[in-house]
Amino acid sequence: MNIALNNIDCFYGKHQALCDVSLCYPLGETIVLLGPSGAGKSSLLKVFNLLEKPVSGSMKIADIFCDFSKPIKDDIVHLLRKDVGMVFQNYNLWPHLTVMENLIEAPCQVLGMNKKDAIEKAMSLLTRLQLSTFSQRYPLHLSGGQQQRVAIARALMMEPKILLFDEPTAALDPESTSQVAEIINELADGGITQIIVTHEVDFAKKVASQIIYMENGQIIEQGDATCLISPKTENLKAYLSH
Amino acid sequence: MSQWFLDSSFTLLLKASGVTLYLALSSLLLGLLLALVFAVLEANSFRWVAKTTTLLVMIIRGLPEILVVIAIYNGIPMILNAIADGFTMHLFITDITIQHNIENFDISPIICGIIALSLLYASYASQTLRGAFKAISPGQRQAAQVLGLSKARILWRIELPQLWRHALPGLGNQWLVLLKDTALVSLITVNDIMMQTLSIISYTKQPFSGYLMAASLYLLISVISQWFLKKLEKKSLYFEQGASYAR
Repeated sequence: MNIALNNIDCFYGKHQALCDVSLCYPLGETIVLLGPSGAGKSSLLKVFNLLEKPVSGSMKIADIFCDFSKPIKDDIVHLLRKDVGMVFQNYNLWPHLTVMENLIEAPCQVLGMNKKDAIEKAMSLLTRLQLSTFSQRYPLHLSGGQQQRVAIARALMMEPKILLFDEPTAALDPESTSQVAEIINELADGGITQIIVTHEVDFAKKVASQIIYMENGQIIEQGDATCLISPKTENLKAYLSH
Repeated sequence: MSQWFLDSSFTLLLKASGVTLYLALSSLLLGLLLALVFAVLEANSFRWVAKTTTLLVMIIRGLPEILVVIAIYNGIPMILNAIADGFTMHLFITDITIQHNIENFDISPIICGIIALSLLYASYASQTLRGAFKAISPGQRQAAQVLGLSKARILWRIELPQLWRHALPGLGNQWLVLLKDTALVSLITVNDIMMQTLSIISYTKQPFSGYLMAASLYLLISVISQWFLKKLEKKSLYFEQGASYAR
């Protein structure tokens, strides 16, 4: 089973954010999107869970197919988002709910899980991410690294096949960045497909199995993680040398 | 004689304070509900719905409060009259005739007062709520969408609880204004603190002491309200308390 994008074009008003983007990867990979600011990495990431809707092209994720030349139906969006989780740069935890309430809200409401099972599952995830003592705390009482791990746990509660990360380490110190890298590698071992937007080459080297390098809304180079050691294009070479 | 009259005046004013509080609290409840409806409609993606609501809010905010109270008091019987007589609306596709038998055209002044005050409160409070909606980071909404929560659930569980935290200071101010605006309904014969004060003064011919008693009552209600609002504001910040120390 694959993730495939074909000829994706995406616009913000008159500005073209993505230009004829195509890619195809088997499930289970950890794909890192690299590139300078404004390259279209975050826009591309948001296409995978339909937070951005392209004007043309098509997408196939596992069994779900979207043809962007036609309006996408709500049930397709709903179905896709059950399989595709997302972790944001600013965590986007709900500050008025405790860590536990943040974790169990979606499984209870969307998957219809009963509260007791959801709490049990949340506790086992929090223990796995070394957060079990924080379950009754509010997000604002946690450090950035802890909040990011809670955000990952919240996404994992839905048991997604694919997990998207939008600059997950941008606001973190080196120690928290290493912890996030460890979690990503652990998830990769468990077979979850991950697509990660980052600026940090060292972080990319730690986690990537596949690399996509973008500039001006286009894919300039893509390939396995060896791209980062021996890039084929001058653009990626120049980017890595900064 | 004068001590007896002072006592009975005070009792009358206390009773009138009950009417003022009833007016203010009823208008607050109805006004908050309307404000929420106005705020949601103004953010509606159907532009004509949003524009019509904005126009209505703009008209109410643009008129002096006293005019709104009088317009509602005189306008409702006129509308009831028109409905009793019947009228036909010519729409593009069809004509709709509205006619209903109404036997009692007398609307209680207190109901008119509550309608007018709640409309006034709602028109200002809706703008506070709109600002509060915008103060919630869009990322939180996006995170909820990505997890598959429905729009209604996002509003109920994610946005509304945080809305109060942002809106309470503004809504509290508007409550104090509403409390004082209740004095306007004395114009439409509602026996509130102001109306009662005027009738006491007309009897005693002692305006200073009469107005002083009324002012003391308004002040007392305001001070208690402000104390209560402060408690409420502190409570609405429960999830932020101590955050800076924990980091």
